[in-house]
Amino acid sequence: MSRPILEVEDLKMHFPVKDGIFLRTSKFNKAVDGVSLKIQPGETLGLVGESGCGKSTLGRCISRLYNPTSGSIRFDGQEISKLGSKKLKPIRQDIQMIFQDPMESLNARHTVGDILEEPFVVQKIGDSAYRKQRVRALLDIVGLPARSTTRYPFEFSGGQRQRIGIARSIALNPRLIICDEPVSALDVSIQSQILNLLIELQQEFSLSYLFIAHDLAVVKHISDRMAIMYLGKIVESGVSDEIYRHAQHPYTQSLISAIPIPDPHNKSDRQIITGDVPSPIDPPSGCAFHPRCPKAQDICKNQAPLLIDRVNTTSTACHLILEPPSI
Amino acid sequence: MNHALLEVDHLVTEFDTDEGRVRAVDDISFVAREGETLGIVGESGCGKSVTALSIMRLLPQPMGQVVGGQVLFNGNNLAQCSLQEMEKIRGAEISMVFQEPMTALNPVHTIGKQLTEVLLLHKSISVQQAIKESVAMLDRVGIPSPDIRMTEYPHQLSGGMRQRVVIAIALACKPSLLIADEPTTALDVTIQAQILELIKELQTEMGMSVILITHDLGVIAEVCQQVVVMYAGKVAEKGSVFDLFDNPQHPYTRGLLESIPRLDSIPKSKLNTIEGMVPGLLDLPAGCRFANRCPIVDEQCKISPPLIDHVSESHQVSCFRWQKS
Repeated sequence: MSRPILEVEDLKMHFPVKDGIFLRTSKFNKAVDGVSLKIQPGETLGLVGESGCGKSTLGRCISRLYNPTSGSIRFDGQEISKLGSKKLKPIRQDIQMIFQDPMESLNARHTVGDILEEPFVVQKIGDSAYRKQRVRALLDIVGLPARSTTRYPFEFSGGQRQRIGIARSIALNPRLIICDEPVSALDVSIQSQILNLLIELQQEFSLSYLFIAHDLAVVKHISDRMAIMYLGKIVESGVSDEIYRHAQHPYTQSLISAIPIPDPHNKSDRQIITGDVPSPIDPPSGCAFHPRCPKAQDICKNQAPLLIDRVNTTSTACHLILEPPSI
Repeated sequence: MNHALLEVDHLVTEFDTDEGRVRAVDDISFVAREGETLGIVGESGCGKSVTALSIMRLLPQPMGQVVGGQVLFNGNNLAQCSLQEMEKIRGAEISMVFQEPMTALNPVHTIGKQLTEVLLLHKSISVQQAIKESVAMLDRVGIPSPDIRMTEYPHQLSGGMRQRVVIAIALACKPSLLIADEPTTALDVTIQAQILELIKELQTEMGMSVILITHDLGVIAEVCQQVVVMYAGKVAEKGSVFDLFDNPQHPYTRGLLESIPRLDSIPKSKLNTIEGMVPGLLDLPAGCRFANRCPIVDEQCKISPPLIDHVSESHQVSCFRWQKS
């Protein structure tokens, strides 16, 4: 196996929670609490979880929009979790982001031409003529007409705006793109256009993706492997198809079972988990899922399970799986 | 077949905008039957929410107007009712649940105040009795320690709990029709499953009808018996949920069904798409509104709009070429 493009080890991002009259830091919001993952070149890792599980925070730590509290992030072998902004600048070319709401992530006062040219200006690449030519080429790649350069983001529909966001993210030939809910705000018929575009781009430019979303069907479609997050921790990870067919963790199982299937003949019994996601400021003891888990035992309340490799290439963090760990 | 409870008949709703008058809902008809769930599905801007607001007479004033057709509820034409009559129906006979429970609830009033308000308005009962019924209702929708929750404010509850409160308010007076406009879109899947299950349970318990508006075909298949597919203000296709999913006839319905990624599809395979996008309401084509995106479009489609055609007794489609596809 080749060297992973991204290796994250025991990453933690704890945000201080200020409280009281003197705004002392009394507690920490443990948004990401010890996450390890790997992404191979050309691979898509899907990251699934409900709101507040820390998936976006994890994405932002990897792209170094946040300074992680501890742990390591190695990009193509180089440790980047502690780098300062000067040393990060060349790395920023290689790691790009696509955001959920392109209306918010595109500057409304700039034309599309300016928006797409900016990455080249920031990184001091080429002269004006070269940049203009690249902008036209980028628009063509994402399927927008060349005349779009003089228009403003509000003149486009949601799907087209997301294409502009994608064009910007691939402008500098990155190697890794963090896609943070890129299709959640789009209608289904537009969503499939954008997913197809992302898959095409990956093949053409051999990109690696970290694809963050809450929709398991979308993630399963686009990802080679996926990881399921709950309250700042990965509870299960493995090959997407394997996870979908043989989910081991009770949380993954209930997540899959909660998805409404677009087939009126499907009358399978849902296993509906009760309750809400607890707060990451004061997470439950032991396994964070135990208050909602239908199978919880005493051990789950006292001891946090470790993410252990199982025989079928899947890793699961659960005390109740009898399958032996692989050696 | 069950008795018709609500009949929407050739409804037309228009809005005055800065750019001119637009027709957000153009000549749509459907029937919601007693005890059944009717789904209205379509993409943003297709007019599904405007349809619900037209039924409830809650269109933004003075811009939105129902300019044609009727809404028959128990023989009454709601489109012609006086506002006083309408106020008696809203909340008592027909209730509505909105997408975003934080905006549907008043942030400066306690849950208890908002819940007792609807009971005191529609029923002649004492405050004590209203409080008692409210606590029972909160308990029924699955809110733990309901008597404490009565004194709390909406921001103290999670998204799923807030939506339960909204449902409790909507169902407090046991209406015969519930209109739920994207009730689970803002919620996580596990919470969505809980809320859909709750609506289903309460529906059986109270024997009410539900009109469920959503963009999610999975939700439709899960809970609806009848489905209306809307596109750019018009009904593209309607029928039973089995008609629509097993035997879709309109190229738009087919496109929608084929473009959703399914759990059992081949990873990274190319998804089917509907190319292009929905026409703006200000420059609608003269012919079929789906013509610019339709894979089986023909000259005729661009000239005049298609009429409703019967595929079977329960199944109707608005397309010239459905038999050829």
